[in-house]
Amino acid sequence: MWPLIETGAWVLSALFALHMLWDWYRTDTTYSEDVLTSSREGEIEAMTEQHKLNG
Amino acid sequence: MANTDITSKTMDGMGPHGTKVGLLRVLGPAHVWALGVGIVLVGEYMGWNFAVGKGGAYAALIACWFAGILYSCVAMIDSEVTSTVAAAGGQYTQAKHIVGPLMAFNVGLYLVFAYTMLEAANAITLGYLITVAADMTGAVEPVSDRPFIVLAIMFLAWLNYRGVLATLTFNLVITAFAFVAILVLFFASAPWSDGTMMAHADLMSGQAALPYGWLGVLAAMHFGLWFYLGIEGTTQAAEEVRSPARALPFGTLAGIMTLLIAATLTWYVCVGYLPWEYLGDGVDGAVAPLFSAAQLTGSTALVVILGFGTLFATLASANGCINDASRAWFSMGRDHYLPQWFGAVHPTYRTPYRAIIFLVPIALIFALGAPLDQVITFSILSGLLGYTFMPINVILFRRKWPLDTIKRGYEHPFHPIPAILLICLCAVTYFAVFLGYGTQLIAMVSFYIVVSLWFHFWRYRFVKRADQFTMPWPKPRGY
Repeated sequence: MWPLIETGAWVLSALFALHMLWDWYRTDTTYSEDVLTSSREGEIEAMTEQHKLNG
Repeated sequence: MANTDITSKTMDGMGPHGTKVGLLRVLGPAHVWALGVGIVLVGEYMGWNFAVGKGGAYAALIACWFAGILYSCVAMIDSEVTSTVAAAGGQYTQAKHIVGPLMAFNVGLYLVFAYTMLEAANAITLGYLITVAADMTGAVEPVSDRPFIVLAIMFLAWLNYRGVLATLTFNLVITAFAFVAILVLFFASAPWSDGTMMAHADLMSGQAALPYGWLGVLAAMHFGLWFYLGIEGTTQAAEEVRSPARALPFGTLAGIMTLLIAATLTWYVCVGYLPWEYLGDGVDGAVAPLFSAAQLTGSTALVVILGFGTLFATLASANGCINDASRAWFSMGRDHYLPQWFGAVHPTYRTPYRAIIFLVPIALIFALGAPLDQVITFSILSGLLGYTFMPINVILFRRKWPLDTIKRGYEHPFHPIPAILLICLCAVTYFAVFLGYGTQLIAMVSFYIVVSLWFHFWRYRFVKRADQFTMPWPKPRGY
């Protein structure tokens, strides 16, 4: 049984890796680099709340 | 002053400053708890018992509680600062805003190394556990651990790639199981009962009390860190929680309380069942001491529960490490500290997918090609360098932005006592590490000096200095 499980682990590993690589390729060829790297740091919620309180 | 509410429905997942695709704000305090405790709890299941080998059972308890104080300081300081720096990158981003670029670059690398090495160590451990399970189920031929090491890293990377909510919900379930398993073992051992099988009085008296004296206590400090190493990882979720100012302090402080309970119960149960000589030998003796204690109870149910607890704790730790290392790497890319290419977010899954994929082969190289103790030591040393930065960070934060200038989600008490305490405990731990791993400590510090020179003289020219400070903070006092 264990040789089969070992083979299964290799196959599953390959499938996970291939899925990530395929999706990576598809994403990078579908979207522009400007969109993909447009992320900027977020907002400080506590300050947003303070701003609302202050009107 | 800020006038953008990123948690509103119209802005869900869309950040300010021109963000078209950003990380998704979907997490709650329970996920923050699962991230922090999930990374750490494996240290309760294995590793901490080397402290017993260094100085005996009492030394391990002293190390456990001293490290508990150290990490309580870490959790409190982190909770205050990160409740105002609601961005991925955790301590890296804190350093960038509060101290300066060179410190931020170093802290970012500490984080990536600490988590990637810990991920590799967890994968090695998981592979080992599978081979033990194979032996216990009567495998006729030796089973290789390599396919399971690779599978663990690939599966968890894939899970992280597909989305943060599923990743940390998975962590929540398996971490909660692993924590409850410790409680079950404690209550099933019935320490209040006359019929308990635990024998503290016999196992901890005479020579066994402090076999190497107070020097043993000092040497045990190094491994006391294992009970809590990684709780500071909660801050990496800052850009993905729905309510950073509440969820991060709540999840982090609940996490350190959970770990203080789990660490003390683990110590109590294990030293009550196992002689210190066996317990302290984590290689040829008690590799997984909670599991060994469960075996001594003679209960099949406890053996199964603690077996799965060990497996789940290892998996949860590796999972949290991938999450945290990728966020730190992504943040450094986003700020041009590394090539901006790493700062990409997946438009569908909203994860830092390039950072996740890039770190997979690095984790595999360490998991398949380096010895476990070396991998763990480099992880601990990187973590320790990070802890040394924290007190400096919080003292500067309070000085530059006093309490009346920025509203915090949490204000840690007794400032600056926790910061001073943290510096002192770090100094003691450096000495303890130097006693056992002086060469590695010097090699690690040398490495960071070299990469700091590279950053200062070469890489920093690519950083857009104005773009990296996007937090709508007031000017620091005195500037």
